[in-house]
Amino acid sequence: MASRIDVSIQHRGPEPEQERKHPNTCPSCHSHYKDEELEANLRVCPQCGHHFPVRARERVIQLADRGTFEEVDGDLRSADPLEFFDLRAYKERLAEAEVATGLGDAMIAGAAVIERRPCELAVMDFAFMGGSMGSAVGEKFVRASERAAARRVPLVCVTASGGARMQEGILSLMQLPKTVAAVDELREARAALISVMTHPTTAGVIASFASLGDVIVAEPGALLAFTGPRVVQQTVKGEKLPDDFGLAESNQRFGHVDAIIPRPELRPYLGRLLALFERNGG
Amino acid sequence: MAAERTQGAVEQLKLRERLAKLRDLPLLRGVGVSGEMARLQRQIDRIGAAPTEDEVWQEVELARHQDRPYTLDYVERMFEDFIELHGDRALTDDKAIVGGLGRFNGRTVALVGHQKARDIRERVDRNYGMAHPEGYRKAMRVMELADRHGFPFIALVDTLGAYPGVKAEQHGQGGWLARCQLQMIRLGIPTVSCIIGEGGSGGAVALAVADRVLMQENSIYSVITPEGCASILWRDAGEAKKAAAALKPDAAHCFQLGVVDAVVPEPPGGAHNDHDAAARLLAASLSEALRDVESLDPVERRRLRHRKFRDMGVFLE
Repeated sequence: MASRIDVSIQHRGPEPEQERKHPNTCPSCHSHYKDEELEANLRVCPQCGHHFPVRARERVIQLADRGTFEEVDGDLRSADPLEFFDLRAYKERLAEAEVATGLGDAMIAGAAVIERRPCELAVMDFAFMGGSMGSAVGEKFVRASERAAARRVPLVCVTASGGARMQEGILSLMQLPKTVAAVDELREARAALISVMTHPTTAGVIASFASLGDVIVAEPGALLAFTGPRVVQQTVKGEKLPDDFGLAESNQRFGHVDAIIPRPELRPYLGRLLALFERNGG
Repeated sequence: MAAERTQGAVEQLKLRERLAKLRDLPLLRGVGVSGEMARLQRQIDRIGAAPTEDEVWQEVELARHQDRPYTLDYVERMFEDFIELHGDRALTDDKAIVGGLGRFNGRTVALVGHQKARDIRERVDRNYGMAHPEGYRKAMRVMELADRHGFPFIALVDTLGAYPGVKAEQHGQGGWLARCQLQMIRLGIPTVSCIIGEGGSGGAVALAVADRVLMQENSIYSVITPEGCASILWRDAGEAKKAAAALKPDAAHCFQLGVVDAVVPEPPGGAHNDHDAAARLLAASLSEALRDVESLDPVERRRLRHRKFRDMGVFLE
């Protein structure tokens, strides 16, 4: 029984037996693109509409008005309070992730303007250790909430995460109530939280701040689940899971998200939302 | 190189500061049980020394021991009267979580807890203590009721995790775990949670956002099961023992990391050896923790609760 409960799905990575496809080859229609082509098309497949993953800095460029994003807490880094060592040391994994992604941890945050509306923007990056949430990500989210509350502007949060970061053990689980507490403060200040769930938003992140948005928006085809289909399939051996199990479309049908917004429409949609949340009609 | 050294020094400093703060925290203050002092000292000594891989694994096995008392075993021993409440008022009655009102130390308190079972049919009925969203909604309903009537709230945590099933997902498992935490952190009443066996991940913390979080000596509290962690990081669930040692889910470590406020002693050998004694020890710790937080002004209590969880974590900058 115990081995089935495996709610933190980070690092599962590609199946070893699966052949590695080029990141710019569409997994859905197999069209292949140059990087500039994909970037110009917001990393949406022009053929079939498949949404490729978007790195955090590129997401900021996609959403924020040009030159308005002012990053803060960029020096915040994960510590290694457990001196965690599996097949490799956590410190080593962190250093490698930082070199590979150019990011200090799996979230960047700062003040931004979206369609001329001021907000705080926090964006997760799946490329940094599966977008996992440890103490650094939790702290960044909390500070973004505190800034939004102080400025009385909405917090727009874009999630992409496998869940809590195992290498920080119980302290990473504590980031759930920590970020939940921050959302409560945000609510007390009557500042809105707009949660944009992108592929994948799972485990500890969907079980905390991501699900507490005043408005929850999802990208098409995103896996949004506490437990992903692979682990659920182990629990219900023999039972066939629905084709769209755990996906944004299923979540919408069951009433867990407000809207599924294709990426090209996301920025104007957020602009309209931010305008509606402005006090006295702005 | 220099930057690296500075970073290391800052890290050490922060950890030392945190440890210093932790040393000021009460460890089982005022538990009025004679003969416990020596055990307490041993416990404190053990917190000083790092448990070995085998010792950590022993805690995992004790936490999962099938004769370990479960929530209702404690309820019938600690409460003078208990009336169980059923249903989430929306869909069903999830028996993996029990809740109700009872008399504890002569006044009414509300309680919820995960409920495991020993008999195979009851185990299935209670889904091995792994709740669906409906169970967490039942817990939220009891919290709300307690808040409205001013009853102190106790939660006993004992679950491998929230249930990873088809319906659980379709019914919004992640969202309800989040809302349960949000509701709990907002409560105006005094709240105490205790991990009494397995504190498994999101399904556990959803009932543990309390003013005081206690942990029984032989319980575990973890972000993921050792087996789950081993299958991901070691790609082999058989390495669970190593994973457990790395995750440090035992009470001593959780206390050291500032995640729990006190460790509740168990009878010699573990709670499974003597349910009555285990219940007396748990009742004493719960009473003490409740007394502690009941003396606070409700607004201040909520502020401190927020502060406590807001400050969780260790990072560098």
